Amino acid sequence: MCTKAYSARHPGRPKFIYLIVLPNDGQVPRINDYGVIGDCRAAALVSRQGSIDWLCWPRIDSLSIFAALLDRENGGSWSIAPATAFQAEHSYLPDSNVLQTHFLCPSGKATLTDLMTVASESFKRTAITPDHEIVRQLTCTEGEVEIQVNFHPRPAYGLNAARIRNLGKLGIRMDVGRGAYWLRCNLPLQIQPDRVSATLALKRGEVLQFSFSYAEESPAVLPALGEATSAAIERSTIWWQQWAAQSNYQGPYRNEVTRSALALKLLAYAPSGAVVAAATTSLPERIGAGLNWDYRFCWLRDASLTMRALLGLGYIEETESFMTWLLHATRLTQPELRVMYTVFGRIVPRERELNHLSGYLGSRPVRIGNGAKEQLQLDVYGEVIDAAAQYALRQQKFDRTTQKVLIGLGNYVANNWDAPDEGIWEPRSGRANHTHSRLLCWTALDRLLSFHEKGIINGAPWEKFQRERDLIRRQIENRAWNEKLGSYADVLDGDSVDATLLRFPWYGFEEARSPRMTQTYHRVREQLGAGDGLLFRYQSQSPEGAFGICGFWAVEHLALGGGTLQQAHDLFQKLLRYQNALGLYAEEIDPETGNALGNFPQAFTHVGLISAALTLEEKERGESHPAVQTGADVRASSTSKVGA
Amino acid sequence: MNWAGWLLWGFLATIVLTTISGVAQGLGLTRMNFPYMLGTIFTPDRDRAKLYGFAVHVLAGWLFSLVYVFIFHSLGVAGWWRGALIGVAHGLFVLVVITALMPGLHPRMASEQHGPAAQNALEPPGFLALHYGVQTPLTILLSHAIFGAILGVFYRIT
Repeated sequence: MCTKAYSARHPGRPKFIYLIVLPNDGQVPRINDYGVIGDCRAAALVSRQGSIDWLCWPRIDSLSIFAALLDRENGGSWSIAPATAFQAEHSYLPDSNVLQTHFLCPSGKATLTDLMTVASESFKRTAITPDHEIVRQLTCTEGEVEIQVNFHPRPAYGLNAARIRNLGKLGIRMDVGRGAYWLRCNLPLQIQPDRVSATLALKRGEVLQFSFSYAEESPAVLPALGEATSAAIERSTIWWQQWAAQSNYQGPYRNEVTRSALALKLLAYAPSGAVVAAATTSLPERIGAGLNWDYRFCWLRDASLTMRALLGLGYIEETESFMTWLLHATRLTQPELRVMYTVFGRIVPRERELNHLSGYLGSRPVRIGNGAKEQLQLDVYGEVIDAAAQYALRQQKFDRTTQKVLIGLGNYVANNWDAPDEGIWEPRSGRANHTHSRLLCWTALDRLLSFHEKGIINGAPWEKFQRERDLIRRQIENRAWNEKLGSYADVLDGDSVDATLLRFPWYGFEEARSPRMTQTYHRVREQLGAGDGLLFRYQSQSPEGAFGICGFWAVEHLALGGGTLQQAHDLFQKLLRYQNALGLYAEEIDPETGNALGNFPQAFTHVGLISAALTLEEKERGESHPAVQTGADVRASSTSKVGA
Repeated sequence: MNWAGWLLWGFLATIVLTTISGVAQGLGLTRMNFPYMLGTIFTPDRDRAKLYGFAVHVLAGWLFSLVYVFIFHSLGVAGWWRGALIGVAHGLFVLVVITALMPGLHPRMASEQHGPAAQNALEPPGFLALHYGVQTPLTILLSHAIFGAILGVFYRIT
């Protein structure tokens, strides 16, 4: 593969860049070269070369059927691409998660449309639709294009070979575990015991259609092809566009915000309202190293920002589902909260290494499950309660059960805030007194006290909450501030910084323009700056990428008074250059190459982008930050509500 | 004829049969959801189809149990193994005859000869309902044998 590389630092790069591909070159696409499709239950990654290299069905955290992303040889993939050398670029149909890959060959052009079908509930009441379906439609738009199809499923993360059965006009079936996969095509295919292939010449106007579906219940729905497939594509596109149109964002970054919202919607699990951190496992934070984790679970640390993004954009239904999931799916462990849960609120499976997979670009081990589930991260309490506080801005009341849950969380915080924990970055090297965890414990108690002031919650030990909240503030102000460093420190009595220190103004703990925050911002920039607006999350001995969301935190810090609005806009626009051609972000960015690192697409980065865009919009309109309305002892710029 | 006995045990045996089918599906022994298949005769709405199908399945099971009762009366004796044997025969009938007729009877089911169409998109059961999983025939035979055994044990010929 000859990739026309570009530097992410290069300003004004064109929106679409053709990737030049030679057939069967076997090279690994960059993480940036992937697009994602989904149906709010599962997600698949499609490379710019037209290959589905990642798919787990029926749920986003199920076993994979295609995992070439993590092992080109044994993972399994489904490629549809020209058989000759070609150039490719991809884009989404406007305001949708319907992906199109445009192939340009010497002999002609073709467009591949990829999607997971979605439909409204009202449509599902009038027509039989499959539970899970990927539609792939290739249309030759110019000249003649020879197409190579390679369908090579490898169930259970590539551990097993599929047993393919040809059932004639019904299609091709693979029985795997308790479910059955069905592949249907409108043209003849060559069927082998474990794979399907075809080489076809398409002339202008000719169309190749595939339907790939999964069912755990029979009779399965076998979608018709032809016009029915075209109708499914149109129906799905409209469904996404109607969803995107619900956004009430009016600011200057509409395209970027809408793409982030669509990515977030893909990562939301519709049946429960949960939002997973990313669609993948084990995409490396450092190429060739062992920082490979499974992110297909729901991290409570994302709660507050996710709520901010959904509420800020006006997605009320998703907001309510997410809040319900937060408070009720976590019930099994309340008043203690785990770091992460499955989409149904169950404990995340234990971490296992899949040693038969070679990993993305040799980044081993590939892991499933997540060992960080056992960690203590006290910040999650503040995240959940702050999410509830934002939700209450709209709802203005909680039922008795929810009140009890929130008070229980508050009591836990009041009793345990002084304990060391692993903190937001989940190091596996032990516990410490993280400043960010203290900040979020302060946030938790402060928001509960605000509920008390507003009469939203009754019957909590308010005096205790107030006493402990004020103790936390004093501890942070006295022990997290390092005079010699000229900054708040990442741990109490510490002498280094991390990017979470930029969150103080966001939660209303301290004004962004205060002398301490001004100094902290400059120290963070100085010590964690990765160039061109990017930030590392912390000071690390071993190199890793710049952390995507941290740059957006800096934008918000500037917008909240730590700088000028123009500075905030400038930084925001710099960060936008690191999205891929589709507008998607992974967890991290390689500051040298601009390439994405880590799991992809990453909800945390996208909620960071949305939150920053919302803050910029609010400040442009002269509105106050939500913390001013949700907190009791908030210190924020341009407000008269300053606590003691 | 013991009408009260038929009403009670015919109903309970049908409930057990339906429960066994659900458990077998839940355990991954078969993908077949018979109430869903029956319900989609009346509506494409998946949730409603399961509800309607459950009701139809219970009613059909209840009526079928009448045939068991008639056989017991004609033999002059019931008993668990006679009931189970009738159940196996009943299961075979379902597997061989009903499933073969289903694509023709079911307005939304595809046929193996013509493949799916927009209005006929449901997967047909295939011979012995093997399309729904290789253990499906066993599940059907076993559940019907238990259905018959319950009737054989509890139905009193008066």
